[in-house]
Amino acid sequence: MIIELGHFALILALLVAGVQMVVPFWGARVRDGRLMAVAEPAAICQLLLILTAFLSLMHAYVTSDFSVANVYENSHSTKPLIYKIAGVWGNHEGSMVLWVLILAIFGAAVALFGTNLPATLRANVLAVQGSIAVAFCLFILLSSNPFARLSPAPFDGKGLNPILQDPALAFHPPLLYMGYVGFSMAFSFAIAALIEGRTDAAWARWVRPWTLLAWMCLTIGIAMGSWWAYYELGWGGWWFWDPVENASFMPWLAGTALLHSALVMEKREALKVWTVLLAILAFSLSLLGTFLVRSGVLSSVHAFAVDPARGMFVLAIMVLFTGGGLALFAARAGTLRQGGIFAPVSREGSLVLNNILLTTSAATVLIGTLYPLFLEGVTGEKISVGPPFFNGTFGPLMLPLLLAMPFGPLLAWKRGDAGAAMQKLYPALAAAAVALIVTVAMTVRGPWLAPLGLALGVWVMAGAISDPLLRARLGSVPLDEVRRRLSNLPRAAYGGALAHFGIGLMVTGIVATSAYQTERIVVMKPGAQIDVAGFDLKFGGVVPSKGPNYAEQIGTFEVTRGGAPVTTLLPAKRLYDAPPQPTTEAGILNSWRGDLYVVLGDPQPDGGFAVRLYFNPLVRFIWIGALIMFIGGGISLSDRRLRVGAPASARRSNAAVAAE
Amino acid sequence: MTRKQRRGVLIGSAVAVLSLAAVLVLFAFRESIVFFHTPSDIAGSKIPEGTRFRLGGLVEAGSVKRGDGVKVAFTVTDTLKSVPVTYEGVLPDLFREGQGVVTEGILTPSGVFIADSVLAKHDENYMPPEVAKALKAKGVKLGASAEHPGSTTPPQGQP
Repeated sequence: MIIELGHFALILALLVAGVQMVVPFWGARVRDGRLMAVAEPAAICQLLLILTAFLSLMHAYVTSDFSVANVYENSHSTKPLIYKIAGVWGNHEGSMVLWVLILAIFGAAVALFGTNLPATLRANVLAVQGSIAVAFCLFILLSSNPFARLSPAPFDGKGLNPILQDPALAFHPPLLYMGYVGFSMAFSFAIAALIEGRTDAAWARWVRPWTLLAWMCLTIGIAMGSWWAYYELGWGGWWFWDPVENASFMPWLAGTALLHSALVMEKREALKVWTVLLAILAFSLSLLGTFLVRSGVLSSVHAFAVDPARGMFVLAIMVLFTGGGLALFAARAGTLRQGGIFAPVSREGSLVLNNILLTTSAATVLIGTLYPLFLEGVTGEKISVGPPFFNGTFGPLMLPLLLAMPFGPLLAWKRGDAGAAMQKLYPALAAAAVALIVTVAMTVRGPWLAPLGLALGVWVMAGAISDPLLRARLGSVPLDEVRRRLSNLPRAAYGGALAHFGIGLMVTGIVATSAYQTERIVVMKPGAQIDVAGFDLKFGGVVPSKGPNYAEQIGTFEVTRGGAPVTTLLPAKRLYDAPPQPTTEAGILNSWRGDLYVVLGDPQPDGGFAVRLYFNPLVRFIWIGALIMFIGGGISLSDRRLRVGAPASARRSNAAVAAE
Repeated sequence: MTRKQRRGVLIGSAVAVLSLAAVLVLFAFRESIVFFHTPSDIAGSKIPEGTRFRLGGLVEAGSVKRGDGVKVAFTVTDTLKSVPVTYEGVLPDLFREGQGVVTEGILTPSGVFIADSVLAKHDENYMPPEVAKALKAKGVKLGASAEHPGSTTPPQGQP
């Protein structure tokens, strides 16, 4: 009964979204306040209905109602409660319901907190949000119905893919979707601006917090996925340039560019057309990401079995919104009046450089991801484009971006002085030089580029630290004055500096772990010893054990360093009951130098076990860097400047969405 | 600087970055594209020696043999032709006889494929699209699950 209620609620949500799409839009055209006023209650009603649908599906999962086909296929009565809940979005149908739920939350947030947006803008934004909701509700109801019943009801479910039964992965899809769907706000605002033919600083001030929130969620969502792949898959790597990974990375790149160009638009009313275009592109890439993951057209190491018919549906949605958005852009972009003039060397100029490099790198990732599809369509030849392609294109494009990064914030708006900025950055340059000398002296092997890469990371970090200190005029005013100025700096200044620092830390971790990773693959018999990166490991054999819904073989490795015991690592091979699928659990020792990473392989005929051992130097900097970027975004989001001048209630809306 | 000059600088730098990217992309494509072949393609011998490529098919039942240390040998088949493969390393969890597999490496003159990576998948019912398509094109009868991976509704999810 509850599940039918959910199904019915979703159908109603579709109809309400249809009303939300048509009536306010028409109202905005004919300037009828009553018609436009339909938008807010419709958006809120739509949220309540989709929430009902979502909760009823969750109820079926929690109570293990196997008469629901979706629950039967993806859950099992013995599964721990957290994975029963996470199981709702651990499958295609449920994850799409989550997608529309998040969409409805964003829509309702505009309805509730956007009360001092211009009425026509608000009506148009909500109409566009409604149209996205219509498309995805239709998609769910027609091709991916999670509410279908089975008769007779099976006794027990098939279970959730065991590698998805993991705490990090339980929260990875919701965060990723918050990011993807968050860009729909920027999209809706962009389309509304094009319909109205005008944008101004207030528009940018509205778009920026939403984009920032989406960007934060996407950042942490991608980092969580990477962290999960690192410890759960047992491959010792953290990023594989895989189509599914690229699918989430492209919107991130476009979103990062949008974040920076919206800054220019807000402060200087320049780059209007470009910002609007980026907003359309960021959401289009989010849709493309959804399509790539959901259609299975690309061979991916993360691929899950999928139904091609669904892919066509998502493709149609994507073509409709991207094509429609770009067509509208082509027709109306000319009506947006250009604003402030700036010199090439200026804050605006540096942000333009940032945008050019970020969008170009997103384009190279796009080419590498889609080229196999293209070639197969044209010549029938099947190819794969692997990490060397992306390292060879993306890496060189990031180099100028990272080099220029510390300069940007030090340049004045309109016209900057590169020489003066360079002088201010001498301490950062010195720090980078020290890092270069130290790494060259300390390392005996590894590519010659690696010390330069580490120095680059330090340069970005030191530049990020210099930024607030220089703003407080350290060195030219007394320390007390510096302290006073530091405490008066806007939070956005700290947030931005922190995010840049996170990038630097991440670069350091990426370079160190890529260049100096140690990998050993050996066969070990119980009692055997091996030395990896200064650690001595003694293999103590394998013992069987039993978990709540799996059986496992646990290997014991006594780790010592210079004779002193450090820890015991327990890598395992698990065999889950439902579905019967093996997984690998790596044993990981986290030290300040890096991670010691042990994977237990197959038993050998001679009684030994294949064992893979890695030492990944500074690998945690990658995820800590992402976390710092997330925190930096949060601090920036709490800044008054994002609220003052913009509608006063923006503060409430930010807090409310952040709390979701 | 006039508005026109300013625009010139902007467009110039954008063009510079884009052409740099284009050069990088073309170079990287030349170096790092890996073709996919089935055992039957190899029998047709259109692959230059020493080229890296991906070999895909089914792991022939009963063909997996473990050698010294972490060496392992198995046969990849598309049921018409088969190719012996050697691999040094730890096989992925879902590597199993009779299942689809994609390996990457080079073919020796003696006809043995030396793989340096064996691709892992998250889902045991998943058939790499190249393998499924290639097998279908060769007229190989597969089980329903292999032809339409979605129709048996295996666990799905977003990684």
